[in-house]
Amino acid sequence: MEKSLFEITNLIAILAAVSIPFLKMKRGGILTLGIITLTVIANSVLALSIFTNGPVEFIYPGSWVTGAVPVRFDYLSAWFILVTSFTFLTGTWYGAQYMKKYAEQEDNLKLHFTAFIFLYISLIDLCLVQNGIVFLVIWEVMALSSFIVIIFEHQKRSTLKAGINFLIQSHVSILFLTLAFMWVKTKTGSFDFNAISVYTSSETQIGAFALFIFFFIGFGIKAGFVPFHTWLPLAHPAAPSHVSGIMSGVIIKIGIYGILRVLMNIKAEMIPIGYFILFISVITGIYGVMLAIIQHNLKKLLAYHSIENIGIIGIGIGLGVLGLGYNEQILIWTGFGGALLHVLNHSLFKSLLFFSAGNVYQATHTMNIESLGGLIKKIPHSGYLFLMASLAICGLPPFNGFVSEFFIYNGLFHGLVTGNFKLILSLLFSILGLVSIGGLALICFTKAFGTVFLGTPRKKTAEDFSIENRQRIWPMYLIAVLIMIIGLFPVIFNKYLSNIIGLYQPVLAGDSNGGIFSQLTVIGWYSLGFLLLVVLIYITRSIITEKYKMSQNLTWGCGYIGSGEKMQYTASSFIRTYRKLAEPLLLIKKEKEDARGLYPGKIMNKTHALDKIEFWMIDKTVLMLRKTLNVFVFLQNGNFQAYLLYGIVFIGLALFFPLIYEKISMLINFLNQL
Amino acid sequence: MISLILIVFVSLFFTGLISRTKSLLSGRKGPGIFQPMRDIFRLWKKGSVYSVTTSFIFQIAPTVYIASVLMAILMVPFGNKPGLISFDGDFIMFAYMLALGKFLMIISAFDTGSSFEGMGASREALFSMLVEPAFFVLIGSFALFTGHTSFLEIFSELHYGTQISYLLGGLASFVLIMIAMVENSRMPIDDPKTHLELTMIHEVMVLDNSGFDLGLIMYTTNLKFAMYGAVIANFFIGMFPLGVSIPMFLIIQAGFAITVGIIESFMARFRMGHNPQFVYILTSVSLLIFFGVLLVLGKFA
Repeated sequence: MEKSLFEITNLIAILAAVSIPFLKMKRGGILTLGIITLTVIANSVLALSIFTNGPVEFIYPGSWVTGAVPVRFDYLSAWFILVTSFTFLTGTWYGAQYMKKYAEQEDNLKLHFTAFIFLYISLIDLCLVQNGIVFLVIWEVMALSSFIVIIFEHQKRSTLKAGINFLIQSHVSILFLTLAFMWVKTKTGSFDFNAISVYTSSETQIGAFALFIFFFIGFGIKAGFVPFHTWLPLAHPAAPSHVSGIMSGVIIKIGIYGILRVLMNIKAEMIPIGYFILFISVITGIYGVMLAIIQHNLKKLLAYHSIENIGIIGIGIGLGVLGLGYNEQILIWTGFGGALLHVLNHSLFKSLLFFSAGNVYQATHTMNIESLGGLIKKIPHSGYLFLMASLAICGLPPFNGFVSEFFIYNGLFHGLVTGNFKLILSLLFSILGLVSIGGLALICFTKAFGTVFLGTPRKKTAEDFSIENRQRIWPMYLIAVLIMIIGLFPVIFNKYLSNIIGLYQPVLAGDSNGGIFSQLTVIGWYSLGFLLLVVLIYITRSIITEKYKMSQNLTWGCGYIGSGEKMQYTASSFIRTYRKLAEPLLLIKKEKEDARGLYPGKIMNKTHALDKIEFWMIDKTVLMLRKTLNVFVFLQNGNFQAYLLYGIVFIGLALFFPLIYEKISMLINFLNQL
Repeated sequence: MISLILIVFVSLFFTGLISRTKSLLSGRKGPGIFQPMRDIFRLWKKGSVYSVTTSFIFQIAPTVYIASVLMAILMVPFGNKPGLISFDGDFIMFAYMLALGKFLMIISAFDTGSSFEGMGASREALFSMLVEPAFFVLIGSFALFTGHTSFLEIFSELHYGTQISYLLGGLASFVLIMIAMVENSRMPIDDPKTHLELTMIHEVMVLDNSGFDLGLIMYTTNLKFAMYGAVIANFFIGMFPLGVSIPMFLIIQAGFAITVGIIESFMARFRMGHNPQFVYILTSVSLLIFFGVLLVLGKFA
C-alpha cells in the first residue's frame, strides 16, 4: 500500500504541476489548493500508518548511474512528513487568501503554484529517498522551486537580490553534500545511505568526523546554523508571507532532518560530534536572538528568531549525541526528544507568526515596526494569535514551546548531575546559553508585539483592515489549537517520540526514559491548572469590580493632554539599553544629524543593524574576490582578435601540458637516478 | 500546602515590615506593619480609570501576573515537605511561570501608548533577563551538589556537613536576596519611592493601573517577596521537624524583610547605567558557587 500511495501522490502532484500552466489562473489556484490538501491527507495517513505498523522499505532498481534507489519509510521520516504536511496545509489555505491581492499577475501566479507543488512534493520525497544521487537531484528541485516561490515579487530589486543570494547559498550547500556523498561513493561504491555506516565503521575517527563536518555544513546551510545563516534574514522578508512561514517552519527543518539522518547512519566516535553540535548550536541560538532584537523589519526579526530556534533544536541534538557517546539514557531521551518536539513546535508558532505578520503587511503595507502601533484594535484575530505565538516562541507555559524547552533543560540539568568535568562545563555553558536565549527572546517579542499591536499608530500607514476575513483566519486558528493541545497534553507525542528515539539506540530498555513522559503529564495538568486559575481570578475580578465605577480617560502624560502618538516609546528606544550593552558584539551603523545653531534644520537619527558575520564572511570576501579578479579585467577588452588568441593559447596549453608534464617528470626521474 | 499557607501569611505583613524598618531607621515612628495590606484592601474596593488607548491586554495582565506568581508558589516546598506540586525540573517551570507574568506586565505597559511606561518596561525586561542566568546557575549548582533536579529533593537533601557548604548557603542567600530585589524592583536597582517617572522601573510600568488591578499588582509584589523569602528559608530548614522549622521560617522571612529595609535605608539607587553591571555580579557569584560545589565534590579534573 505504502509504495502505491507514494507513487500515486508523486504522480498526481507532478501531473497537476505540469497542467497548471494550461489552465485559467483561478482554476490553477483551486487545483493547487486541492492537490496540496489531497496529498497532505494521503501523506499524513501514510506517516501515521508507519507509526502504527512499523517501518516500510522498498527498493527501485534505479539505473547504472544511481544504483538501486531505496525508499525507506521509518519513524524519523514519518515525523518530518507530518510536520511538513501540516504546515503546508495551513500555509496553502492561508496563502490562497494572501495571493488574492496579486490576482492580476496571472503568469507569475501560475509559476508560483507550480513551484509550490514541486516544493511540497520534493520536501516529502527528501524525507524518504535514501540514495545519495537521487537525494541530491530532489534537493536541487527543492532548492529551485523554493527560489521561485521566494522571488514572487521579483519586480522589486531587493527581492531578486535576496533570491539570488538564496540560490547561491543553496548551491554551496549542494556542493558540500555532493562532495560528502561522492566521498562515500568512491570508498564504498554505493550511494545508499547505509553505505555511510559501512564506510565510517571502517574508517579512522578523524575521517568519520571530517565526513560528518561535510554533511553538517551542507545541511547546516539549509538549516541556518551560524555562520551559515546569512541567507535567512534576506530571504524571509523578500518572500510572500505564507512562503516565509513555510520556509521558516519546514524548509529549514529539512536541514535538521538531514543532520538527524546522517547521525543515524554515521558510526563514529559520538562524543566529539556531540560537543561540536552543542557548541555551535549555543552560539547559533544566542547570535540569532541577539540580532533579532535590533531588527526593525518584522519579518527580518522573525527570520533571526528562526536561527535562534535552530540553535535550540541543535542544543537538543547535541545533548542527544553526547548521550549516545557517554551512553546516558536520559540525555538521549531528553536531547533527541526535545529536538524533535521543538522541530514540530517551531513549525507551528513560527508559521503562525509569519501569517500574522502577513496580515499586518497587507493591512498596512509596511513591515517597519517603528511605523506601526495599535493594530490589535484593527485586526484583533491576528493580534491575539501573534501574542499567543510570541508567548509560545519565548518558551513560556502553558504553550507548546515550553514543553520542548523543558525537555532540553531537563536533560541539561540531569547531565550536570551525572556527568564528568568536561561535560559539566559544556552543559553549564549550554544552560547559560539557553537561559539567555529565553530572556532575550522575551525582550524581543515584548518589543515586537508591543510596538506593532499595542498603543497607537506611530506613523500614517495604509489602512486596509478588511483583509482579516474568515477564510484567512481559520488556518491560523487551526495552528493555534494545535499549539494549545501540545502545551496542555504534551504526552500524546509520547509514542511517536519513543519510536523515533528507538532508532538511535539499538538496545532499548523498557522504561529507561527517566520518567520524562510522566513529567510531561504533570506539566500538562499544571498548565491546565494555571489557565483555570487565570479564569477564576478574572471572574472574581469582574464580579467585584462590577460594583464600582469604571471610567475611561487619557493615558497619564504628566498633565500633558495633547496627542501623544509621537511621544510613545518606540521599538528602538525600548531596546536602547540592551543595544548599548551589546554594542561591542554587534555591528550597528548610525546616521545622525543633531540640532545645531539657533535655527536648527531637520534632525534625524537612523540605525542600521548589520550582521557582523555576514559582513566579514560574505561581504568582505566577495569584495576581496572582486578586487582580485578586477586585476584581470584587461583580458576582457572587447577585441575579437584577443579572444581568438585566448582560445588558441588555451587549446595549446591543453594539448601541450601533458606533453610538457611528461618531459619534466622524465627529467626529474633522470635527475633522481643520478 | 504548608508552604502555601505560610507564604500567603507572610505576604500580609512583609512590605509592612520593610517600611517599618525604614521608618525606625530614619527616626520616625512609621505606620503599622499591616498598613500596606490595608492600602491594598482599600484599592480592591475602588473603581478604576482605564486609558482610552488600552485594549483587553491591559485588563487581563494583572490577573495573569498574580496567577503566575501563585502557580509558582505552589511549587515551593517547605523544607522536606513538598509544595502542592512537585516534579523533576520544577524550578524550570518556576522561572518560566514568573517570566510569563512579567511578559504580560511589560506588554500591558505598551498597551497604554504612554511615553514613560515603555521606559520602565524596557528596563524591567532587560534586568530580569540579566538576572535569569544567576537563578539557573544557582539552582544548577545545588542540583549538582545534591544530585537531584527538583526543588523538594534538593532542599530535603541539603545538609551542611563541611564549612565550605555553609559558605555556599550564605552566598546562595545573598544571590537570592539580590534576585528578589531585582525582581521586585527595590533598591539598589530601583527606588519604589521615587517620584520622577524617568528614574522608575516598576512604578512607571503601572502608572495607568488603578483600583482593583493596582491592588492585584501591589499584592503580587508582596507575594513575590514572601516567595523568595521561602526559597531562601528552604536552604536552612530542610533537616528540622515542623516545630522548629516553622518558627525558623518566620524568623528568616522577618530577617529578610529587615535586611531589605536596612539596604533601602543605607543605600542609594544605582545609576541606571550601572545596574547591568550589578546584575552581572549575581551571575558571577552564582558561578562562584557552582565552582565551589565542583570543588567540594572533587569533580575538578
